[in-house]
Amino acid sequence: MYTQALNQKEAAAPATASEDAEAVARFEARVAAEDKIEPNDWMPEAYRRTLIRQISQHAHSEIIGMQPEGNWVTRAPSLRRKAALLAKVQDEGGHGLYLYAAAETLGVSREELSEQLLSGKAKYSSIFNYPTLTWADIGAIGWLVDGAAIMNQIPLCRTSYGPYARAMVRVCKEESFHQRQGYEIMLTLSRGTPEQKAMAQDALDRWWWPSLMMFGPPDGASQHTDTSMRWKIKRFTNDEIRQQFVDATVPQGHFLGLSFPDPALRLNEETGHWEFGVIDWSEFKAVLAGNGPCNRQRLRTRRQAHEGGAWVREAALAHAAKRRARKAAAPKLAAE
Amino acid sequence: MTSILVARDAPPLLLHTLRLADTALVLGHRLSEWTGQAPMLEEELALANVALDLIGQARSLYAYAAELEGKGRTEDDLAYLRDAPEYRNLLIAEQPNGDFARTVLRQLLVSAFMLPYWHALTASRDETLAAVAAKAEKEVAYHLRHAGEWVIRLGDGTDESRSRMEDALDELWPFTGEMFETDESDRALIAGGFAPDPAALRPEWDATVARVFAEATLPVPQAGTWMQSGGRRGVHGEHLGHMLATMQHLPRAYPGAAW
Repeated sequence: MYTQALNQKEAAAPATASEDAEAVARFEARVAAEDKIEPNDWMPEAYRRTLIRQISQHAHSEIIGMQPEGNWVTRAPSLRRKAALLAKVQDEGGHGLYLYAAAETLGVSREELSEQLLSGKAKYSSIFNYPTLTWADIGAIGWLVDGAAIMNQIPLCRTSYGPYARAMVRVCKEESFHQRQGYEIMLTLSRGTPEQKAMAQDALDRWWWPSLMMFGPPDGASQHTDTSMRWKIKRFTNDEIRQQFVDATVPQGHFLGLSFPDPALRLNEETGHWEFGVIDWSEFKAVLAGNGPCNRQRLRTRRQAHEGGAWVREAALAHAAKRRARKAAAPKLAAE
Repeated sequence: MTSILVARDAPPLLLHTLRLADTALVLGHRLSEWTGQAPMLEEELALANVALDLIGQARSLYAYAAELEGKGRTEDDLAYLRDAPEYRNLLIAEQPNGDFARTVLRQLLVSAFMLPYWHALTASRDETLAAVAAKAEKEVAYHLRHAGEWVIRLGDGTDESRSRMEDALDELWPFTGEMFETDESDRALIAGGFAPDPAALRPEWDATVARVFAEATLPVPQAGTWMQSGGRRGVHGEHLGHMLATMQHLPRAYPGAAW
């Protein structure tokens, strides 16, 4: 997931001058009562903007996320894996599609959102700026990246905005399937030949820390969590979900017989939580700022696909217009 | 593991099954190369659907071929450990994707043949092939509709899309004749009621293509175009080897590993 948008600064003004304080109060009361907000309901402008940003960044992440995994579709090592990976990448495209549709209910067009992605103005999850170097990366992405995504997304199934919450129910179902698939790849590799096990370990070494960064900056540094929590756009803090993820994932890694690239990782018997080392936030910031290993490549690929497909989209529009014109020109049939 | 030989000297039913499997896999793989590159998100999903259907057909057919061969091989052995000359797919399936026009035209030309082919194969005396055909027929009906709609849009769209569609037609038409060929091995199966005679499906293919081209305002190429041939006996173009080098890389690099 791809809710990194939760962690970016938004003008958190409770209400603009033109917004009726009473309407704001009614809105806040509905959200507090766990009522779902629907497209035609009144909502504060900041709520609308926050949601558009969050949903569209989630959608962009799904679209860009097709690239690192798509990188292995033609090299999947068995027909079963090939079909599963292709179906997974297809699911991501589907998630992108219905998330864009959810964003459109807030009064923004898919073209505008797509333009924001292509121009580099909109963000997407930084995790996809890392390369997939071996087949084990496909396992690691499913297990760790989709695993982290699910942790982030399950609370969003109860988020206050109805269309987003409903989209997330479907996304979560598919993501948990992807996660199991990824873990199963890791299991096969870690029970395989020494080379395969080394491949799995290398993938865990490279994906572990970036996966922890997916939950966003530590709570102390996240400045607008309060409003998002009150509006029930967000339901847990970054650190809370990160800890949940670590607690769930570390035993899974140990079951695989793999080690985590963190010498500080230890189980605190008293709290029952896995304590982990310090995250290198300078790396996170660098990737976010456009300096990850694949930032330029990902955007370039997306732009090329978009520009390369322009003639197809134009042809489809031209053909539809011709059909309409022919239909309008045809004499009305008396038989009807 | 070294390359395996299955198709050479294969008995008719095995060879027939391999030919169908290879065509489905090669075409499905080609479509999977579109991942992340489609002209719009909806087509990303649609192309993946078609690719998944074809890969699914290939898996059923390879599993059956392995059973017919009786040497304890798996679907993956057949897909990943045979070199290009062992592949028996139609040449049209291995043609590179080119642009979107070429991809959808290739799909139309193949699907317009496979739809009646699978339909006829449902009456095969071989129950396994008949069952695969029954499932595939439904899938290909969608492939044909989808590809046909695009050929119409692009043929009767803009000047550019029409010109690209004409180029695609010029490129692909010479590969359509091979679909209707038969050899001695085929004739044995046709005579025994195991497989349909592709030549008998020609009128339906012609009619489908003519109907779509008419709506697309594209000319049906004149009869008498030189037709390429060879894929069904293992003589391919240069592209297939590259496709297989990519596809087979991991199982070849790590012999005996399970994935």
